[in-house]
Amino acid sequence: MISQDILVVGGGLAGLAAALSSDPQLKVAVISKVHPLRSHSVAAQGGINAALGNTPDGRDDSWESHAFDTIKGSDYLADQDVAELMCEKAITAIYELEHLGVPFSRFPGGVIAQRPFGGAGFPRTCYAADRTGLVILHTLFEQSIKKQVRFYNEWLVTRLVVRDGKCLGVVVYDLTKGEIMPVKARSVIFATGGYGRVYQRTTNAYINHGSGIGIAYRGGVPLKDMEFVQFHPTSLYGKNILITEGARGEGGYLVNNKGERFMADYAPSAMELAPRDIVARAIQTEIDKGNGFEGQCLHLDLRHLGEAKIKKRLPGIREICIDFAGLDPVETPIPIQPAQHYSMGGIDVDKKCASCVEGFYAAGECACMSIHGANRLGGNSLLDTVVFGRIAGEEASNYVKECEETGDSEKILLDEALKVKRRVEEWMNKDSGEKVHKLLIRLKAIMSDKVGIFREKRDLTEALERIRALREDYKRVNISGSCLRYSQEIVNIFEFESMLDLTEVITLGALNREETRGSHFRLDFRKRNDRDWLKHTLVTWKEGEPQVSYKGVTINKYKPVERKY
Amino acid sequence: MEYIFRIMRYDPLKDMYPFFQDFIYQTQEKKSVLEALMDIRNEQDCTLSFRYSCREAICGSCAMVINGKFDLACRTELEMFESSLIVIEPLPNLEIQKDLLVDMEPFFEAMSKIEPYIQTEGGLSEEGYRIEEKEMEKIFQYINCIMCGCCYSACPVASRDERYLGPAALAKLYRFVKDPRDKRPFSNWSRVNTEGGVWGCDTIFKCNEVCPKNVRPADGIEALRRKLVVEKVKRIFRFKR
Repeated sequence: MISQDILVVGGGLAGLAAALSSDPQLKVAVISKVHPLRSHSVAAQGGINAALGNTPDGRDDSWESHAFDTIKGSDYLADQDVAELMCEKAITAIYELEHLGVPFSRFPGGVIAQRPFGGAGFPRTCYAADRTGLVILHTLFEQSIKKQVRFYNEWLVTRLVVRDGKCLGVVVYDLTKGEIMPVKARSVIFATGGYGRVYQRTTNAYINHGSGIGIAYRGGVPLKDMEFVQFHPTSLYGKNILITEGARGEGGYLVNNKGERFMADYAPSAMELAPRDIVARAIQTEIDKGNGFEGQCLHLDLRHLGEAKIKKRLPGIREICIDFAGLDPVETPIPIQPAQHYSMGGIDVDKKCASCVEGFYAAGECACMSIHGANRLGGNSLLDTVVFGRIAGEEASNYVKECEETGDSEKILLDEALKVKRRVEEWMNKDSGEKVHKLLIRLKAIMSDKVGIFREKRDLTEALERIRALREDYKRVNISGSCLRYSQEIVNIFEFESMLDLTEVITLGALNREETRGSHFRLDFRKRNDRDWLKHTLVTWKEGEPQVSYKGVTINKYKPVERKY
Repeated sequence: MEYIFRIMRYDPLKDMYPFFQDFIYQTQEKKSVLEALMDIRNEQDCTLSFRYSCREAICGSCAMVINGKFDLACRTELEMFESSLIVIEPLPNLEIQKDLLVDMEPFFEAMSKIEPYIQTEGGLSEEGYRIEEKEMEKIFQYINCIMCGCCYSACPVASRDERYLGPAALAKLYRFVKDPRDKRPFSNWSRVNTEGGVWGCDTIFKCNEVCPKNVRPADGIEALRRKLVVEKVKRIFRFKR
């Protein structure tokens, strides 16, 4: 049986950061369902925040100011000590990335360039044109070649094995061989990313099914604040490919079909650079009012920036528009619409990335510690992955050096793997049944229609009922092929169960939370309610049911006040 | 519209040879080749295997040969084709693992041989580096590489000579050599002063032609050649003095 000291699941930024910061004396490996360079981190565009103060307007910037913006942006649901920790570590994190080879764009004088981003008091988003995720992911992958990190690519983790509150390892489906097998690990770090594909419209990659979050939930770890789902204001109409906030940071306008910069009505001082929840709602409201184009989208106009600036600072956006929409933003406004983008919620962990299960850690989008609260600011997610990925690696290393080995773990792991194997056999032995891709289409429709940007009780109740009905259909799912190697259908069937769990938890949290906060907007409760709801939602899987509880928010310096932009 | 997708199928554990299988595909919407392949897999044959992830031409998963052209399936729109016959093959010169999935290991192995990571002098500085944008611009072309493998697979030299590092790895090396932060010694990067390195290139520029991200790897190979020659000459004169 393969046995590791630390097993990192996920080869994106958080996963690679964790593997690289783990103690080199320990046996560390990364499992990823795709080659690490194919992880969704690669698609991040606009940048990564740190209060370097490299712009003339940003001289007075400080990590405290970054922390304040993050907390205000979160609609005061962030745990303030954790947000402070991230922002304080941000500056060193950027210089470390630069030292590892990240080719950041530069200002005259040679310092790292920074651009304004939504909800930020100063221009503090460092970038490499509009391919920041690509260059950071490739850089960390280069470092993992240097450090000879062990990778198991195209392996899907299907189960987290926990006994008596202690993590023993995982069960994997090895796509390359078509085998189910256990992997023993003294510590497991999940860096498995988000779940965007439970929505019809999402900026996320096809692979973002969120199964890591669901597996942790079934392993007994609570999920926190899952009702907070970020919709990005600007995704390319039709394909929903991300059009970076950096396009507005560089000076792009949002325009409705009357030619108005309508953000003046919604956020008169921040305009296009209000936080994402506010801009996304404004866009959807304009579309719903009939101020859209084709009733579906608005325009992001970059033409006034000029060809030179677009080619220099936003070459990737230009390429996306040419490749996927057949238009050049130098000459034509970009048609955009909001789409699901990020999960503020996730696996409940503390600021050491540790969960309630001994030896089990999580970092990156799949985790919630909680920094982003009810709404994440642009440029904070890449920062989150590198800062907390690293902390997860260090903390897991400390844990492994002190923990005691569980004697009968191999037998337990083998039993669990056998159970998983039986499930696959069951799917294969059925001659007929439900097709998983059809179930997924139904699930996406429910989430998009009922649990989107604007929510209300009736819709949420109906969504919950329909998700639960889908569970019954899922029991009848079958596989039509007989080949176990590289079977995307097997992957999809495994992951769909997690998607059912996640959507149930998101919807349940949204139904219970009778207030409006950040990305969670209730048409029937339009105001934030700190008296009753300044608290984190926790949902735990107990005896086959989601169980809801709450816990307080850490507030130290910044007293919650109304957000104005 | 109705299309015929003629897709190369091969399972090395079952089939003696690769073969083509036709699928009829109908769609009313604008679709990319990748979206069509996913529909075909979902609706007609769930055993059809291919790689994908981002669907926005940045992750490098879905490189294949589409009607004879090396490209990413996600950025290839069906409406671009005049004919309704779409022939899909895996990247050539790499071992087929299943259907359109090929073993990328030789590509990554070649990459790792050039030590594809920055080699700086000194530790982390608290203030960071001072590098002018125009210095960084020299490498921007090369950092656009998404490691899809099109250039390696299309390269006539890489296909006949397994020692040859291939376009992507050599361009990557040039990216580091040109990086003001990288202080790797001449002895390190001059290891490509061989037939398996920069002199292996046939200057057919197939790599420039097929690259879906306009990296133009051969520019990097040419530049490395020039730099090697210049450095060699410099060394000869230094020796004579």
